[in-house]
Amino acid sequence: MRRYAADVAVLARKDLMLELRARDTLPAMLLFVISALVVFHFALPSHSSDLAAKGLLWVAIVFTALVGLTRAFVAEREQRLIDGLLLAPCDRSAIWLAKAISVLAFLGAAEVVALPAYAAFFSGIGWSTVAAVALADIGIVAVGTLLAAVAAVSRTRELILPLLFLPLAIPVVIGGVGASVVGSPGRYLGFLCLYDAVFAIISWASFEYVVTE
Amino acid sequence: MTTVLLGGAVALIFFYAPVDQDGLNQKIFYFHVPIALTSYACFGWGALKAFQHLWKRTPGADLESYVAIHQGVIFGAMTLVTGSIWAKVRWGVWWVWGDEQLVLFLVLFLFYCAYFMLRFSVDPGPQRANLCAVYALFGVVLIPISFLAIRLANSYIHPTVFTSNGPQMATSQLATFCVAWAAMLSLAYFLYRFELAGKRLDADLKELRELLA
Amino acid sequence: MSTEEKYVAAAYLVVFLFVLVYVLIMAAKLSRLGRDVAELTALARERKRAGQGSTEQPPKQVRVG
Repeated sequence: MRRYAADVAVLARKDLMLELRARDTLPAMLLFVISALVVFHFALPSHSSDLAAKGLLWVAIVFTALVGLTRAFVAEREQRLIDGLLLAPCDRSAIWLAKAISVLAFLGAAEVVALPAYAAFFSGIGWSTVAAVALADIGIVAVGTLLAAVAAVSRTRELILPLLFLPLAIPVVIGGVGASVVGSPGRYLGFLCLYDAVFAIISWASFEYVVTE
Repeated sequence: MTTVLLGGAVALIFFYAPVDQDGLNQKIFYFHVPIALTSYACFGWGALKAFQHLWKRTPGADLESYVAIHQGVIFGAMTLVTGSIWAKVRWGVWWVWGDEQLVLFLVLFLFYCAYFMLRFSVDPGPQRANLCAVYALFGVVLIPISFLAIRLANSYIHPTVFTSNGPQMATSQLATFCVAWAAMLSLAYFLYRFELAGKRLDADLKELRELLA
Repeated sequence: MSTEEKYVAAAYLVVFLFVLVYVLIMAAKLSRLGRDVAELTALARERKRAGQGSTEQPPKQVRVG
């Protein structure tokens, strides 16, 4: 158990270090989410309610996550790192967990900027939205990392990831929007927890089959 | 196999026989709902075969899973079209977001179309079988999660609850419904065996061609 | 025929068409498979004849066809 945690920590640190050196993903995500919010401002007519803008916030979050996820396995693929990782004496699911943690860190960093920007551009956000975003991130990253590994194997990598991911992200959007727009968000937050738990478990369990033959 | 189809045909005649009291649009219900349930059965069967492939490495389970999901998508498309027509008759519009089953089918349809995209963009081999099996398993988990999510979404999008098909079915109606369902299941099973036989024959012929070349 | 009846008929027609198109596609595939079988059989037969004509031992694989 401790070994597993150490493996995960080493692998996650590798991804974060690579990002710190190359600075590919995080600036792209930040720029994307701010641009998306600006586009949404012009997509909403002046009389539309704050609730509509809340919905668009979730669209921005899902697509920003998609930007990050598309990049998640680029290094592994281009430099054939994945073969080396598979030879390493660690559990395969540790690779998934480490990758999920690093993507979660990027997504969280992008949201630390995006949520205040949203509050400045549109309307203030309550604690329930923040809680929903945090819970949704876990689910998005858990499913998304697995699907990014799946997409990395296919010929049409960047093209297929949104197709695979969006149908699975619909429940997250429903839970998130629900939690941001209704008075008592308990049910929606509970639903997001359920989603996180279920999909984290099956992603964790099935990652090995995705990377091996 | 022909007898199975014959049973289906007899069932069709059967279900023409009893006249129902509730307006003519009920006639679509006898077709629409069994098709939907059959579609679920196909997806479930596909996931079961996917699980067998991952767990026990049953040879051929991958192909069976693919064919079952193909059937499920065909029946799902039929569900969407008949459901849309039913909505037009009952509520005067072609699409009702309040009808949970129909929305769920749209999500599943998108999800399983992505399955085909994935399958066709990975080179055939053991890894493709694994990826497809993992994705099929995700699908069967997505069904209840999405259903829950869509039910939750209706509480903030549509406050009014549609009372879909009548819970008070007369015995004759129930009998008709069951026969129609059995007919649909046997039709799906027949088509499944049919397609599977064709696919296997195709694979055998390819091998033979290579042997002769 | 009332509009309701028309819609009901349309629903049935759609289902029927779906199944019909599917069966037609499968039939087309089957006829392609049939052609393949015929082609391979012809190939195998030719090989066998060629094998008998020459003094060399015919290859075993011919029997597969």
